[in-house]
Amino acid sequence: MASVTLKKINKVFGHTHILHDIDLSIHDGEFVVFVGPSGCGKSTLLRLIAGLEEISSGDLDIGGQLVNELTPKERGVGMVFQSYALYPHLSVYDNIAFGLKLAKESGETVTARVENTARILHLEPLLHRKPKELSGGQRQRVAIGRAMAREPRILLFDEPLSNLDASLRVKMRTEIAKLHQRVKSTMVYVTHDQVEAMTLADKIVVLNAGRIEQVGSPFELYESPASLFVASFIGSPKMNLLPASLAAPDPYTSQVAVPGVGQVDVAVDSQHLDAGCTLTLGIRPEHLELEPASGGENCLEVVNVEYLGNESYVYIQHPDEDELLVARVPVPVRVRPGQLVRLLIKPELAYVFDADGRAVKRTVPAPEVSTVSHA
Amino acid sequence: MTRRQLKRWALRSGFTLLLLSIVLFSVYPFYYAILTSFKSSSELFNVSYLISRLDFSNYGAVLSQDSFLQSFSNSVLVSTLTVVISLLFGLTAAYALGRVDFRGRGSVLLIVLAVSMFPQVAVLSGLFEVIRGLNLYNNPFGLVFSYTIFTLPFTVWVLTTFMRQLPKELEEAAIVDGATPLVVLFKVFVPLMWPAMATTGLLAFIAAWNEFLFALTFTLTDDQRTVPVAIAMISGGSAYELPWGIIMAASVLVTIPLVVLVLIFQRRIVSGLTAGAVKG
Repeated sequence: MASVTLKKINKVFGHTHILHDIDLSIHDGEFVVFVGPSGCGKSTLLRLIAGLEEISSGDLDIGGQLVNELTPKERGVGMVFQSYALYPHLSVYDNIAFGLKLAKESGETVTARVENTARILHLEPLLHRKPKELSGGQRQRVAIGRAMAREPRILLFDEPLSNLDASLRVKMRTEIAKLHQRVKSTMVYVTHDQVEAMTLADKIVVLNAGRIEQVGSPFELYESPASLFVASFIGSPKMNLLPASLAAPDPYTSQVAVPGVGQVDVAVDSQHLDAGCTLTLGIRPEHLELEPASGGENCLEVVNVEYLGNESYVYIQHPDEDELLVARVPVPVRVRPGQLVRLLIKPELAYVFDADGRAVKRTVPAPEVSTVSHA
Repeated sequence: MTRRQLKRWALRSGFTLLLLSIVLFSVYPFYYAILTSFKSSSELFNVSYLISRLDFSNYGAVLSQDSFLQSFSNSVLVSTLTVVISLLFGLTAAYALGRVDFRGRGSVLLIVLAVSMFPQVAVLSGLFEVIRGLNLYNNPFGLVFSYTIFTLPFTVWVLTTFMRQLPKELEEAAIVDGATPLVVLFKVFVPLMWPAMATTGLLAFIAAWNEFLFALTFTLTDDQRTVPVAIAMISGGSAYELPWGIIMAASVLVTIPLVVLVLIFQRRIVSGLTAGAVKG
């Protein structure tokens, strides 16, 4: 177990600058998730921490020790790969014991560690099987066991669930969360799936084009996204975004003009912005309320209603936008496709982003919700 | 019988005929060698197509010659050493060429390939000087040395191609587990490469076993010869007599080890051809 500190980490492949000045600190025992679209550099960042790629510039500390030049083994990391990468010719026992034997641990230590690992991951009945005789979920558990057995200071996961089918993925996600509560070691997890990130992380690091967009707890990221990118990346269905302009700057409640919707009051501090500047209005699907309308401004057509049992998604066509707006509404739904509706936007539930995509500061604090801590 | 059935029957029998002629073409010489080896010298020129009588006197004559047994063991030594050395060098070279990114990797591979294009005769005189310079003339190790030169390019290419197909994550997993490159190669890759190693090893063995030109040029005395040369040197009682029976018996005897090896490794080779996906 150890903390990890990244200072101005850069990674350049040939002429491609993959990671730009990454600063990040990961505390002892924390579960950190790197999330971002494909190609954002999240896997590269993980591989830099693992020691599988060389750091172009910057300092990487693990447990207070500079480890830039150390091998993965000397860094004390364990890694779980996307394709499991189990040794096909070795039994589950030997797969888990491989690293221990290389470290020249005594025979009893090896046996004890392997058995302990197998017990934690429920692998005891499988110890003498070969990887090809295991199911996907079992292989994944063996891969985790192999990474854990050496008792590394940090456990790294590179998209470990993306090869599993949907139902197994949910199950393994829970198992990984349980494992973290149990072993309490520092874990760094890479995924492109924001649901995995939200459900597992103590701390999420959102990456975009080789830069950190925002670091924070799942709650912080959802409630106060720092940028348009984070706002649209976190949350499913994604946040509705509408082009807008500032009608009246105000330190508490700004008036925003949204074409097709009209004037909307939003609880943000916009006094540093000029009236008339371009903005983006964001509103989460669950905060969008609908009311039957008959004409005039703020009158949009419902194009589809998806009934999901516990709730429904209502898709609404904005006259100027290609992308449909989504509203998450409780059942029973009172609107039908083809019907005209008015959008009701509460000032304290909407978001405003400036022309550069940065969030404009909200003046009403996010509602205090008791978050379930992983600790 | 409808036309369609007739056509199918004709096609099938035509195909069978083709197969039979191919088998006959490739197996008949060996069969005739076996046939001849069981004949006494007086029967040699009576044409017959079936083994009528098992006469082991030719085999007895071959095996009673000390020089033949010596040549046989020379051949085993030379071929085995060639296989071991070329697999060892081939594997380590394949690891570098297949798994490590370095400048000029493509050109190295091309040069390796180019080396194998020289005909034996072209390098014979040069190699002769090298072998004399190394003091390996009339020594089985001289043959091991020259055979390895000719076997390595092929071995390196096949093993490199095979090693490239192994998943990169497997290597990285081993590195994270604390493995050095040698451990990765011998504990992770080699166990997965048995099919490729069996194939290349077998082909290298056959090439070394059958080689004639170098074996003839680089050896002088009977006790240093390998079997192909030894067989060619078998002579009869007079300059006008070729002891065909004994030559054939010797040929059959030296073929047996190859047949046995192919049978042993056949399953490995077949599984290597089909099990292309070495998925972790």
